[in-house]
Amino acid sequence: MATKSPGKPAASGKNARPFYANHTTEQLKEALRRMYLIRRFEEMAEESYVRGLTHGTMHLSVGQEAAAVGACMDLSTADYITSTHRGHGHCIGKGADVKFMFAEFFGKEEGYCRGRGGSMHIADPATGNLGANGIVGGGLPLATGAALAIKQRKGKDVAICFFGDGAQNEGAFHESLNMAAVWKLPVVYVCENNQYGMSVSTVRSTAVKDVATRAVAYNMPGVIVDGNSVADVNEAVSAAVERARNGEGPSLIECKTYRTKGHSRSDRNRYRTKDEIEAWKNKDPIPAFESELEAHGIANRGEIDAIRDAVEKEIQESFEAATKGTNPTPDSLLRGVTTTGDIAMGVEA
Amino acid sequence: MSEVRELSFSAAVQEALAQAMEADERVFLMGEDIGVYGGAFQVTGDLVHRFGEDRVRDTPIAELGGAGVAVGAAVAGSRPVYEFQFSDFATLAMEQIVNQAAKMRFMLGGKVSVPVVFRMPCGSGTGAAAQHSQSLEAWFGHVPGLKVVEASTPEDAKGLLLAAIDDPDPVLVFEHKLLYKVKGHVPAEMYRTPIGKAVVRREGKHATVVAAAIMVHKALEAAEELAKEGIDIEVIDLRTIRPIDSATIIESVKKTSRLACVYEGVKTLGIGAEISAIVAESEAFDYLDAPILRLGGAESPIPYSPILEKAAVPQTDDIVAGLRDLVKGRI
Repeated sequence: MATKSPGKPAASGKNARPFYANHTTEQLKEALRRMYLIRRFEEMAEESYVRGLTHGTMHLSVGQEAAAVGACMDLSTADYITSTHRGHGHCIGKGADVKFMFAEFFGKEEGYCRGRGGSMHIADPATGNLGANGIVGGGLPLATGAALAIKQRKGKDVAICFFGDGAQNEGAFHESLNMAAVWKLPVVYVCENNQYGMSVSTVRSTAVKDVATRAVAYNMPGVIVDGNSVADVNEAVSAAVERARNGEGPSLIECKTYRTKGHSRSDRNRYRTKDEIEAWKNKDPIPAFESELEAHGIANRGEIDAIRDAVEKEIQESFEAATKGTNPTPDSLLRGVTTTGDIAMGVEA
Repeated sequence: MSEVRELSFSAAVQEALAQAMEADERVFLMGEDIGVYGGAFQVTGDLVHRFGEDRVRDTPIAELGGAGVAVGAAVAGSRPVYEFQFSDFATLAMEQIVNQAAKMRFMLGGKVSVPVVFRMPCGSGTGAAAQHSQSLEAWFGHVPGLKVVEASTPEDAKGLLLAAIDDPDPVLVFEHKLLYKVKGHVPAEMYRTPIGKAVVRREGKHATVVAAAIMVHKALEAAEELAKEGIDIEVIDLRTIRPIDSATIIESVKKTSRLACVYEGVKTLGIGAEISAIVAESEAFDYLDAPILRLGGAESPIPYSPILEKAAVPQTDDIVAGLRDLVKGRI
C-alpha cells in the first residue's frame, strides 16, 4: 500500500507477505466485509429484478470481488476510479453505501444518481468514483484525463481505471495507454480479465494471450495476478499506485478472474460449459480469503461469521429502506441535463 | 480606449485563449500540432512559448482518446480547451462527446459538471474536399447536454469562446475556416458574449434571414444588393445553435412575415428545419405571408473542384435570388 496505515500490522516477521505486513487486522476484516457486501448486494439486486422491483438490466460481478476490493482498499476519497458496466463491486470497493445503491436500482431520488443512471451508471463522485459506464472502453480516456488533471495541479492522488478484457480491443484502450505513458500520468489500468466479452472468449477475440503483454507496446509495467486473490491484486495495485504517486507514470495490471453469473439478464450461457463454471466456482475468492485470514490467525470462524451476519443485516435494512424511497416526478425530467439549466431551474445537485 | 481595435478572427480566438489561461490556471489547451507548429490554422500561434508545453499540450493523433482525456480532466477539476484540427475529425471522438461529456451530469444525478470546450474548425471553401470541409453543427445540436456556438465576427469569436470556457457544461465552438482572416473590432478586455442569444445584424421589414457564421456575411451582402431594389432584409446572426434563441427569431418573423434560413450544413434535417419548425409552432406562424425558404448545403459531400465546391453551399447570388422570390408580390 502507498501509505502505511497506523496501527499494528496483521502479520510481521520477514516471511510475512506485504499484504499482511502492511495492513492492520481491522483493514483486512474490512476488506472481507466489502467482499461480502458486494456479493450479497448483487445477489439481492438479482433477486429484486426477478421480483420485478428493478427494471432494465444489470451485469453481475459475482466471482470477481477480490479485484474490486484489492484494488480500492487503500485508496482515499481524493483518488479517482472509473468503472465499467460491471461496476457494483468497484462502487462498494470505493466506499459507497449500499442503501443508496439499492435506491438507485429502484429508480429513487435517494439513489446515487437520483434514479437517472441505474446499475450501468452507478457512481459516487463524493468518494472519487466517476462512475460505471455503459460503453465498453468509455472509462479509459476519462481516467486518463482525471490523471492529467491531478498532474496539472501537482497533486499526489491517482486514478484507477477498471476495464474488462473486452475493452482491450477498443481504440480507446490503446489511445489512452499511449497518452498516459507519453505524459507519465498517475493512472493505474486494472483489467479484470473474466475471459469473455459478452459471449466471445478472449481466445477468439484477442491476438495476444495476456492483456498485460500489451503494456510493452506502451512502455509501462504489465503485471499478471490471480484476480481471485485479494492479496495478489492489492500488492500489485499498491506497487503501481506508489509508482504513480512518485511521478513514475502508469501501469497495467491484469487480474485473471471469472464471472460465474451470465453477462447480463439475457444470457443463456451457450458459450461456456457447466464444467468450466463449476471449476471457477471452486476458486471463489471469498472462501479463499476467509481461509487465509484463519490460517494467518487474523480472524477466527466466529469473527468471520459475525462479519457475515453484520453484512446480512446491512443488506436487508438497506434494501428495505431503499424500497421506501421517493419516486422522481415527471416534471423533474430536465434536471441535470446542464449545470446552467439546473441553476436556471433553481435546483441544486 | 475609444479607438476601434481591429483583430482577425483567429487573433481574437487566440486572445481569448491567452486571457483565459492568464486569468485561471486551471485552463489549458490540448490538441494536435497546437504547440510549436501553432495549430493547423495558426490559431494557437506562439502561445506555447508564453504558457509552456503543459498548458499548450500537443497530443498524439488520437481524437477519441484526446477528447476523452479532456472530458476526464474537466470532471476532475481542470478547464480543458480541446482543439480538433478539423471538426470533421470529431467523428472519431463521437463516443466521448456524445455518450460521456453530454450525458455525464444527467446520468450521475447532477452531481458532476463537465466544463470542457471543443474547438471545431469547420466549413468548405478551402479546397480540402469531403473529409475536411463539413458543417456538422446540427449533429451536435441534437444532443441534450451539449451547447453549440458559432461566431460570425471576431468580436463574438472572442466573447463566445470566453463564455464557453467559463461555462460549467460542455460547449462545442464552431469556427468557420474562411472567417479566420476576417478582421473586425475586438475589445481588448475580457468580455463574454452570452450563450443562447442571437443578435439582429441588420434591421429590415420585408423578410427575415436567419444565418450563422459565414452565412451571416453572405446574407448581409445579399441584403445590400437587394436594398438597391428597395427590398429591406432583416438578418439574424444565431451565434448559438443550442440552446437556440427562439424568441429573437419569432419576434423578427412577426415583424417581417417572411422567413429564410441560410446555412452551410446539409439542408435535409439541418438547422433550417429546426428554425422553420420553431416559427411554424409559434404565434409567428399566423404572420407568415409566404412559404418558408430554406437555403442549405447540397445533398452531397463537399467536392474538390472549386466550381462544384461553390455549387455545394449557398452563395450570395443564391441568397439574393431566393429572397427576391420570397418577397415577390409584396414589394
